[in-house]
Amino acid sequence: MKRNARVASALIAPSFIPLIAFLILPMIAAVCLSFASWDLLSPIQWIGLGNFKELFTHSIFYKSLFHSLVFIAGYLPLVYFLGLAAALGLNKKFRGSSFLRAAYFLPVVTSWVIVSLLWKWILNPNGGIVNSFLHVLGIQGPGWWTSPTWAMPSVIIASVWKDMGYVMLILLSGLQSIPPEYQEAAAMDGASKRQILFKITLPLLTPATFFVIVISLINNFQVFDQIYLMTGGGPDGSTSVLVQQIVKNAFDYGRSGFAAAMSMMLFIILLAITLIQIRLQKRWVNYA
Amino acid sequence: MRKSGLRGSYLTKGLLILGGIVMIFPFFWMVSSSLKNTAEAFATPPTLIPKAATLDNYRHVMTNLDLPRLFFNSISVSVTVTVIQVLTSAMAGYAFARLHFRGKKFLFLVYLMTMMVPMQVIIVPLFIEMRQLHLLDSLLGLGLPMVVSAFGVFFMRQAMTGIPMEIEEAALLDGASHIRIFRSIALPLTIPALSALTILAFMSVWNAFLWPLVEIFSPEKMTLPLGLANLQGEHSTDWPMVMAGTTLAVIPVILVYVGFQKHITQSFLTAGLKG
Repeated sequence: MKRNARVASALIAPSFIPLIAFLILPMIAAVCLSFASWDLLSPIQWIGLGNFKELFTHSIFYKSLFHSLVFIAGYLPLVYFLGLAAALGLNKKFRGSSFLRAAYFLPVVTSWVIVSLLWKWILNPNGGIVNSFLHVLGIQGPGWWTSPTWAMPSVIIASVWKDMGYVMLILLSGLQSIPPEYQEAAAMDGASKRQILFKITLPLLTPATFFVIVISLINNFQVFDQIYLMTGGGPDGSTSVLVQQIVKNAFDYGRSGFAAAMSMMLFIILLAITLIQIRLQKRWVNYA
Repeated sequence: MRKSGLRGSYLTKGLLILGGIVMIFPFFWMVSSSLKNTAEAFATPPTLIPKAATLDNYRHVMTNLDLPRLFFNSISVSVTVTVIQVLTSAMAGYAFARLHFRGKKFLFLVYLMTMMVPMQVIIVPLFIEMRQLHLLDSLLGLGLPMVVSAFGVFFMRQAMTGIPMEIEEAALLDGASHIRIFRSIALPLTIPALSALTILAFMSVWNAFLWPLVEIFSPEKMTLPLGLANLQGEHSTDWPMVMAGTTLAVIPVILVYVGFQKHITQSFLTAGLKG
């Protein structure tokens, strides 16, 4: 047993020491910092709950939370239904189906910087291909990422395009874990294709659906790259989300305490989603 | 098959192919735009294939960005971090899966809890810590925090738990040490998990943006994503040149993806948590 402990600590230490140094300590520091006012240069000042008070009375926090919700409300249904359609269509093999799968997945492995720049150019108000195309049809295209109304839809379009292949992959593996006998038996009993889809396939797909929703929620509250690169939170703050506000407050406005308080709120949101997930998982997920 | 079913399947295939075009066309458009001069790039109606193809944009992007340097920085940080992350995860995973020792449950719980803390939440203290350590604007400071992966430990523990007990017991009876068992039994038997973790770790470091943005300021220390992001102009952007840059950056990604497609999609599935 004693020897085991020595071996175990030798095996665990190389990952545990960095874990303490670069995750646990910073997390503790973030909690402390959220009770302080500090521009990162002059002496630190403890202000108790001041940051949180400001957070809940000031509109910037609610605004960025609202933008995150708008993003999710646009993104999640689109990415889910497109991913589901692709998964249902590509579930059976046919000539070219593996090529299509690969094509749908390619944006997933491409970095956000490339995807953001590419979509900014595609949706460029002047000379972008989408607006040029609309122009040929006689339609005056919108300003996309330069317009307060269209900036969020632009980010959503790029995000759906990038993530759809991932959702497809998860749902495909969910579809493949459904025993084909179920669908065959239903077909033998005279069930229509639609009935099979809605009464058998989709209910049995709930674990995969649940996973997609939870993972999307967790990721979407942390959205930063595409916002920073495509709109910088603008125009007019129309796309400013939580993480972008954290970075702005800490490094542009010298308000690291306020930024840490927002980080805490982000953490609480993620924690809540995880806890809800653990509770719901037992109830509404239909394990075959 | 009934006729309506056949028609339905043509419709499905048609839509799937249309979807495929929507996924691939932006990449095609990227390359096409990168080969156009400014006038043609902004022309309405747009030309699909450049009429007067030019490599000027590639020349410009090479003078604006030290691409070899960016590639070198990205590769060295990604490779080093991945190797360390995978190795330390496998070691800890082995200890949690195969050894009995005091405090094991508690320690593992610590790992599980930290899995819920993303970089976004600790970005400010991490910056302060690196400043205290005088590691700001350095590749070492960039790599260190990314070495940590509670998820990797959790994932490798799962894989190591799956090794049959008998092999290990036989080896122990033969007098092999745990270190020896780890090296010559546990590692070879968990190669699928190791390679999945390697792919995910490499991709997440290679594509990392937020932490490099905060940690690195000097152009000569930037990674590829940071360098590319800097191609955007303050007021106006030379889009054909930006597309030349992204084309050069995406080529290796596509080559690696085509070569390891099965492994890559598989690792997203088995360890899909990283989204």
